[in-house]
Amino acid sequence: MDSDEDLASTLGSEEEFLQDESDDAEDFDAFDEDPDDEPDLGSQKEPKKRVAYDVSYKVHTPNDIMTQQHDMMDEVNMILEMQQEDAAILLRYFRWNKERLMEDYMDRPTKVLEDAGLSNNSAVRPKLEVVPGFMCDICCDDDDGLQTFAMKCGHRFCVDCYRQYLTQKIREEGEAARIQCPSDGCSRIIDARSLDLLVTAELSGRYRELLNRTYVEDKDILKWCPAPDCENAVECAVKRKDLDKVVPTVACACGYRFCFGCILSDHQPAPCELVKQWLKKCADDSETANWISANTKECPKCGSTIEKNGGCNHMTCRKCKHEFCWMCMGLWSEHGTAWYNCSRFDEKSGTDARDAQAQSRKSLERYLHYYNRYANHEQSARLDKDIYIKTEKKMVQLQTASGMSWIEVQYLNSASQALQTCRQTLKWTYAFAFYLARNNLTEIFEDNQKDLEFAVENLSEMFEKPVADLADPKLKVEIMDKTAYCNKRRLILLQDTAENLADGRWTFNVDLKSGGRK
Amino acid sequence: MSGLGPKRLGKELTKIQNSLPPGITLVSADNLEEWFLDIQVLDQNPLYAGQTYRLKFKFSKSYPIEPPEVTFTKTDNRPIPMHPHIYSNGIICLDLLGSQGWSPVQNVESVCMSIQSMLTGNTKDERPPGDEEFVRGNRLRPRDIDFYYHDNTV
Ligand SMILES: [Zn+2]
Ligand SMILES: [Zn+2]
Ligand SMILES: [Zn+2]
Ligand SMILES: [Zn+2]
Ligand SMILES: [Zn+2]
Ligand SMILES: [Zn+2]
Repeated sequence: MDSDEDLASTLGSEEEFLQDESDDAEDFDAFDEDPDDEPDLGSQKEPKKRVAYDVSYKVHTPNDIMTQQHDMMDEVNMILEMQQEDAAILLRYFRWNKERLMEDYMDRPTKVLEDAGLSNNSAVRPKLEVVPGFMCDICCDDDDGLQTFAMKCGHRFCVDCYRQYLTQKIREEGEAARIQCPSDGCSRIIDARSLDLLVTAELSGRYRELLNRTYVEDKDILKWCPAPDCENAVECAVKRKDLDKVVPTVACACGYRFCFGCILSDHQPAPCELVKQWLKKCADDSETANWISANTKECPKCGSTIEKNGGCNHMTCRKCKHEFCWMCMGLWSEHGTAWYNCSRFDEKSGTDARDAQAQSRKSLERYLHYYNRYANHEQSARLDKDIYIKTEKKMVQLQTASGMSWIEVQYLNSASQALQTCRQTLKWTYAFAFYLARNNLTEIFEDNQKDLEFAVENLSEMFEKPVADLADPKLKVEIMDKTAYCNKRRLILLQDTAENLADGRWTFNVDLKSGGRK
Repeated sequence: MSGLGPKRLGKELTKIQNSLPPGITLVSADNLEEWFLDIQVLDQNPLYAGQTYRLKFKFSKSYPIEPPEVTFTKTDNRPIPMHPHIYSNGIICLDLLGSQGWSPVQNVESVCMSIQSMLTGNTKDERPPGDEEFVRGNRLRPRDIDFYYHDNTV
C-alpha cells in the first residue's frame, strides 16, 4: 500500500494541503484496489490514454468506507496494542493520518493519549454501576439504586443524564467523533462501546453514520457525491491549489457527474473559480437578465408571439412561416453557412463605446450576449429532456406497431444523453468565453464552440421530429451518426481547453487563484 | 425529555438562597424558567467600581444538558458593563455559554463566577468589534449565534 505519502499530504491544516507539491493525479492508490466490484465509469474503462480533461478517481460505497476505517483501526491496534475503540479515537484525532499517529505516539505516548482524550487508559470494559451514596452532579438525583456510568476518566453521572447528554450531542448538534465527557474541562472522548451501553440502538446507528461521515470529511481526497439520496463517496487526488489548472469532473456510480473541486454539477471547461464568479454575477444581475431567458419572443417578421417548446434554436413562425434563430433572432437561412454570426460576440464593437454610460451599457450587452447563450442551453437541455420523456412513451407504442425491439430504439436514449452532456458543456463555454481575454488561441476555441453548437442544434432538430419519422431507418442512422459526431466535437473542445488550461495559456479577466476579480 | 430541570433547579435554588460567593446576589427566581441575579466586581477595577449589573438566566426544558441563556439586562441603575465580549444589548460572547463549551455540571453559580471574573480581568473600555451592526441586525437567540471565540483570555 503506497498510501502513506498521500495521507501525509492530506493531514491537518489547509496550508499544508495547499503547499503540497506532489500533484500527480496518476498515482493515488490510497486504498487497496478492488477492481471486481468497480462500477462502470464510462470513459474510465478505456485503455490508459492520458486525456487532459480527465482526472483519475474512484467511487466508494458506504461499505467500502466502513471497511477502510476498520482496516486502519486493525492496523493501528495491532502495532500499538490497544482496543479498537481507542485506535478509532486516535485515528480520528489524527484525521486518519496513520503515519503521523504512529510517529507521534512513538515519541510521546502519554501526551498523544491525553491530547486525544484517552488518558488513564486501562483495559477495563465499560459497564453500568450502582454506587452507594452517589449523587449525580447534573440532575442532583441521589436515589438508592441509581444506575450510573463513568468512562475511564472517572467522572460519574446517572445513566439518564448521560443518555440525555449524548442524545443532545448526536441528535441536536450532529456530533460524533469529538463528544467529550460531560464533566467540565474533561477532554475524554466518548468511545463507541460506552455509547452503545448508554443509548438506544437507533441513536447508536445515527452515531455511526456521523462517524462514517467524519472519515470522508476529514480526508481531502474524499468527497460525498452530492446527488440526493446517493451515499457514495468519490476519491480524487486533485488538490485545491491545482484548480486553476484542471477542472476535475468525476462521475459517481449513480450517474451523477460533478466537479470534485467545488461539488457543483459538471462545469467543464470552465475552472471552479470562474464558475463561482459567473454564478455570483448571474445572481447579482438576474433582474436585468430575467427577460432574456423568458420562454416567449416575438416573431421578427410578423410580431406574433412565439413560445419555445423544444430545445432547438431553429424557429418557424406558425403564422407567417418565417424561419429564424431563437438566439440571435436572425434569419435561419443564414445560419447554415454563417453560424458564426450567432455564437460569437463582436468584440470590436465593444471598443467603440466612448462615454462611460455607453461603456456600461456595452458591458451589460456583452454580458447579456453570453448570458443569453448560457441560459439558452440550460433551458434547452431541460426541454430536450422533456421531449425525450415524451418520445420514450411514444416509442413504446411504436415498438408494438413497427416491431422494433427496445434495444433498437436505444439510439434515442443515446441521442438524448449526448444532447444533455453537450449542452452542459456548451453552457459553460459561454461563461468561459465571457471571462476569456483574446489571444491567438481564442479563435480555435471559438471555432470548436461553434462546431459543437452547430452539431448540437442539428441533432436537437432531428430529435424533435414526429415519432412516425423516427421509425424511418434512414433518420435513425442519421441520428446515430450525429450523436457520435456531437460527442466527438465535445471531446475535441474539452481536450483543447483543458490542455491550454493545464499549460497556463489562457488569460482570464478574473483571478483564478485568490477568488477576486483582477 | 423527562425534564431534568425541575429537580436540578430546585436544588440549585435552595443552595444559592443560602449562600452565594461575594459580589453575587439573587434578585428573583419566581419560576423555573427565568431567574435574575446581580453581580458586582469586587476588586478596584476602575471600569466597574461601584457599579452593579443585572444578569438574566433563561432555562430551556433541556437545562442543564443545554446551557442556559444568560444576558445582561439594563434597568435604571443597572447598566450593561463595558467589555470587548459584551454587546451593548447585553448579549455575552463567552464560550462556556455555547453548546461547545458548556458542560452540564456547570450551574448558575459557576456561570455567575465566570462572568464576574471575566469582568475583573478586563482592562479595555470597549465593545466588541461590529457592536452597532450586530445590535441593530441581530434577531437570533444568543445560543444560536455562531460566536467565534477567538480570545478566551480576555
Ligand atoms: Zn443525573
Ligand atoms: Zn471525564
Ligand atoms: Zn452518486
Ligand atoms: Zn468546480
Ligand atoms: Zn411570423
Ligand atoms: Zn442565431
